[in-house]
Formats: sequence, C-alpha cells, structure tokens
Amino acid sequence: MATGDTVLRVRELRTEFRGDRGHVRVLDNVSFDVGRGRIVGLVGESGSGKSMTALSLMGLTPKPQSHVSARSIELDGVELTALGADGLRRIRGRDIAMVFQEPMTSLNPVRKVGDQVGEPLAVHKGLTRRQIRARVLEMFELVGIPEPKARLDAYPHELSGGLRQRAMIAMGLICEPKLLIADEPTTALDVTTQAQILRLMRELRDRVGTSIIMITHDLGIIAEMCDEVNVMYAGQIVEQADVFDLFERPSHPYTRGLLASIPKSTEKRIGRRMPSIPGRVPDLARLPVGCRFSPRCGDVISVCRQEEPALAGLAEGHFARCWVHAPQAATAGGRDAS
Amino acid sequence: MSEVVLSTRELTKHYVLGGGLFSRRHVVRAVDGVSLDIYERETFALVGESGCGKTTLGRVMLRLHEPTSGTILYRGQDLSRLNERAMREQRKKLQIVFQDPYASLNPRMRIEQILAEPLRTHGFGSAEAIRERCAELLDMVGLSRRYLRNYPHQFSGGQRQRIGIARALANKPDFVVCDESVSALDVSIQAQVLNLLSDLQADLKLTYFFITHDLSVVRQFADRVGVMFLGRLVEVGLTEDLFDRPLHPYTMFLISAVPRADPRQRGRERPILMGDIPSPMNLPSGCRFHTRCPFAKDICRTEEPMPRKIDDRLVSCHFPLES
Repeated sequence: MATGDTVLRVRELRTEFRGDRGHVRVLDNVSFDVGRGRIVGLVGESGSGKSMTALSLMGLTPKPQSHVSARSIELDGVELTALGADGLRRIRGRDIAMVFQEPMTSLNPVRKVGDQVGEPLAVHKGLTRRQIRARVLEMFELVGIPEPKARLDAYPHELSGGLRQRAMIAMGLICEPKLLIADEPTTALDVTTQAQILRLMRELRDRVGTSIIMITHDLGIIAEMCDEVNVMYAGQIVEQADVFDLFERPSHPYTRGLLASIPKSTEKRIGRRMPSIPGRVPDLARLPVGCRFSPRCGDVISVCRQEEPALAGLAEGHFARCWVHAPQAATAGGRDAS
Repeated sequence: MSEVVLSTRELTKHYVLGGGLFSRRHVVRAVDGVSLDIYERETFALVGESGCGKTTLGRVMLRLHEPTSGTILYRGQDLSRLNERAMREQRKKLQIVFQDPYASLNPRMRIEQILAEPLRTHGFGSAEAIRERCAELLDMVGLSRRYLRNYPHQFSGGQRQRIGIARALANKPDFVVCDESVSALDVSIQAQVLNLLSDLQADLKLTYFFITHDLSVVRQFADRVGVMFLGRLVEVGLTEDLFDRPLHPYTMFLISAVPRADPRQRGRERPILMGDIPSPMNLPSGCRFHTRCPFAKDICRTEEPMPRKIDDRLVSCHFPLES
C-alpha cells in the first residue's frame, strides 16, 4: 500500500499504566495501517487492548497514571507523536472522531441534540449559529434521522437508542474527519437496530469515503463490515490480515479458536458441545513467559514457553504472531519491523 | 412427546406507571396473554429485543413477580394459587441464573456462604452436610473446592457465572430459567459455560427456559424457540424449522439481522427492518407488529391475529410467510 493511500500509520504503539502492582503494559508493540476509505477492524475479547488502542491514539488515556509512547503515529502525513496536548486537541473531533458504545452516556442529557452535534463545528471551525444549524440538519439527513428539523431541538431522552447512535455518528462526521473510530458502536443496540446502523456506516464509507476503525468483540460484525482485520490478544496484535484471508485461512491458534467458538446462526447444531478455548485471558500484570497465548494453546511447542514470537508474514498482507504457524525468521518481518 | 413440566395459560403482567398528581396513568402490558408448554428436559429459548417482556415472563413464571392474571402450572399444580409458604417449598425446584455475574453475587459473602444460603433456607441438613454439598456443587460446575473460602471479586466473569449456576443447582431443581446467562461473557468463555450447562442438563435431567437476545446462541443450544414481541409470543417452533423457514415476518427480520461470521456472505440480499419498536405503553391497534411490517394489510391494522397452528408451529400472523 502506497503511503499516499494510507490515512493512519501506527508503529510500535505502547501504553503502560502505573498502579499498585507496578507497571502494567496494556498495549505492546501495536502496529497497523488504515487505508483511505477502508474499514479496519480491531477484534478481541475484553482486556485485549482494542479500546485502549483507540484511546491511546486519541490521547484520551487517563493521566497521569498512563503513559503512551510510539515510534510513529502518522495521520495523513502529520506525525502525531510530535504534537503536544494542544495540538492533539485540535486534531481530536476535527481529523479523528470517535463514536462510543453507549450513546446515552456520551450525550449531555440537558442539552438539545442539535446543539451537541454541532459543537465540533463551533470548536474547530468557528462557524455562526445559523451556519452550524444548517450543517447539522444536513448531517441528520445524511445519517437518516427521520423528521430531522424537529429532532434538532429534541433532548437525548426523546430519541430511541438507534436514533441517538445516528446522532452520534452525525457528530463524529460533521467536521469531515479523516478517520472515524467506532468503539463497539452497536453493542448496546438491539439486533434489528444494529443492522440499520451497520448499513448506515457502510453507506457512509461508500458515499463519503470515510476511513473507519471498527472496534468490536463480534466476529460477525467484522465479517460484514471490514476490509482488513487485526486480532488482538492480551495487549498485542496476534494476527493481521485481509478479512477474506482471515476467515478462510486463520493462522494463529487464538484466531482459530475464536472462529470455532462463535455460535453460527446459519449452521445446524451437530452435537450439544461447542468448541471452546480452554482457560482464560492472562492477567496483564503477570503475563506468561514466551507467547502470551501459550497456556491456552493446543499447538504449543517448547519455544512457545520460552520466547515471544514476532508478528511475521505468511502471505501478502497476512501476519501472525506464532512460532508454529508463522515462519519466524531471525529478523522477523511484519509491520513490527517495517 | 415427553411430559409437560411447566405451562402458562393466558399469563399477563401489567405494570401501572404514574397516575399520581402530576402524571397520567399508563399501563405497560409487559406480558400480555402468554400460553406456553415447556417439556421435560428440553431447552426452550425465548428470544426478543429489549422491552419485549422476555425477562418479565421468566420472572412471572417463577412467581418472582406476581402475575396480573392467568395461570402457571408446574407439574399440574397451579403456582399462582399457592400461598407464600407452599410457594417457597416449590421454589426449590424452580431456579434462575441471572445475567450479570457481577451484580448477582453478594460481594461480602464467601463462596461457601453464597452456596450455603439456599441450602439452609430449605433445611438441607446438618452444617456438615451443607459443607459437603457446597464442595460438591463446585465440583459440578468445574471449580476447585479450594475456592470455597474466596470472595466473588477474586473470580473472573466466567467463574462467577459458574458460581451463579452452582447456587441455582443447590437444592436440585428441575426447571431452571437462564436469563441472558451467557450474554455478558466473552465468546471463548461463553462456549465453556454453554457446554457446562449442556453437561449439567444431561446429568441432572434439567429443563431450561433460556432467555436471550442472541439468536446465534439459540440456534446451537435450544430445542425449541419462542419469539416474543411487545408482550406476546408471535411464533413458537422447533429451532431448526424456525430458523430455516420463519413464518412470522418479525422472526424473519430478526434472523436476517444477525451479522454472519462469513465475509463471503456480506453482499447477500437481506431485508432490514426499519423504524423502532413501538412503546409498550402505547400499543398499536390490531397486530402489534403492523407499524413495522412491510407486508401489513388493512386487517392487520384493526384485528389482532390469534395464534394458530401451521404444521408444528404456532404463529400469530394474518399472513404468515410461505404458506
């Protein structure tokens, strides 16, 4: 992928927390790209670091107990690691916007929805009230809010969950950001509403060309929405691939286990038992030696318990962090080293 | 077919809201005339979206909430007529596992106390017998006996849910309501807990009433499914049949809305239900689904469809699909 087509390029992102039990590294060596107009998925279970990746990119991790560092975070040619807090504040909401899981708690209950959705324009673009109102109305139409004019003066509680999430997406897109980060945007919604919102996001990408990072625990959403996928486990990316490649040729045993353990609404039940991954996610403060997945892995060999594998290339654009299934050269390839 | 364990007839639960000095009186018809038979040792899944009344139905069935009207028959006995004492005796056999493994265990009690409480309430036996039963319960749910002295916060979500299951099984129930019991868990852990529930069902001859919003889990786990919409069952049938050939339009939309974990299917033609669920305080006339139903005709707006049998299925729709 040529640099010109890359909106976001993240290299060796590390986030640490200082706590009672010393330093805990919640993100380790996270590197990935987001191409222009692409939807890139971050998928993993709780504690895998997928939301932490988003917060770290946005400079929104809690201070002072957290520390974020990276070799490079490049947004459309601008190096974000060189910007201070003020610089990041200007980027936030204008160039990178975020949509969160729970639209009720991310909206102020005592302010009109229209005013809140237009706020990024007031902060970043200095438009007049009238201009802002016109633009908000346009955005409400774009995201398919019925009776958009009347909804401008509604309060959050007067909207349904689905409409609130549409309003949040309108707010996210109002400054025409280069990148939209959607963190579990449909997890709190009912399945029929979820289908509406996912369709809306796909249409926005197709029509407006928004680049999207889609954070989810749901492999179904990944399969429906994403172009590329990063599978996260215990603070690291363990597999990175094109979405078709990932579902057809999953390489990392964790990805394989995850794909096997999702109940499939389209498949007949064979037996009563479902494939599952034994054990549980490790405590980040007490990580196993070697590969972080080794205590739960069925394919484990002795090196897995001694040394940590790197993210290594299997095929064009397909990388996995595994001693057994990804060729670990003396100088490991993959996004770690590029 | 095997014996009916629990059945409901025209069961309703209405809540009255407001009606004070400043607000109008509203009646929420959370459960509005549900008749259902649950058979011995089956897993019956109740699915529906938030606000459809599925949780309320599960609780009213066990009389954790009092029904407004209708009957609940447990092995032929009318639970709705039992006095409190007689009901407490029955409750040993009727248990529930809640959704949130964090909120449903008292954080200040040790696991042993949590498990011993229902045993003591129902006079299980001596302190020694109770202690032995607690250890046995942990064995049953795949946790080590040495955890008996631990507190809930020392466990992961999956382990806590196992404790919730152990507590429900303490008095050897035969009918267990699982209310979104695996919904809060990560997929890899969810599969472990579902497998545990299956094993326990086989070993202990349990009947499950499995309430969930997750249709993928239902397809793999349930023998029969009931689809609930605004307080009513709109379709009931065998899992395979219902997924392969939904008869109620709402069932069809619900199934088609589930994201499929196969990127090759993303281009498929799929109907998406538009609009929002109507308020249960202000139910539409006629069929409750008609405001969102693209197939609605005049009769749907005026006349509420009664459940009718098509093959093995029960459907409440004037114009069932494919028939």
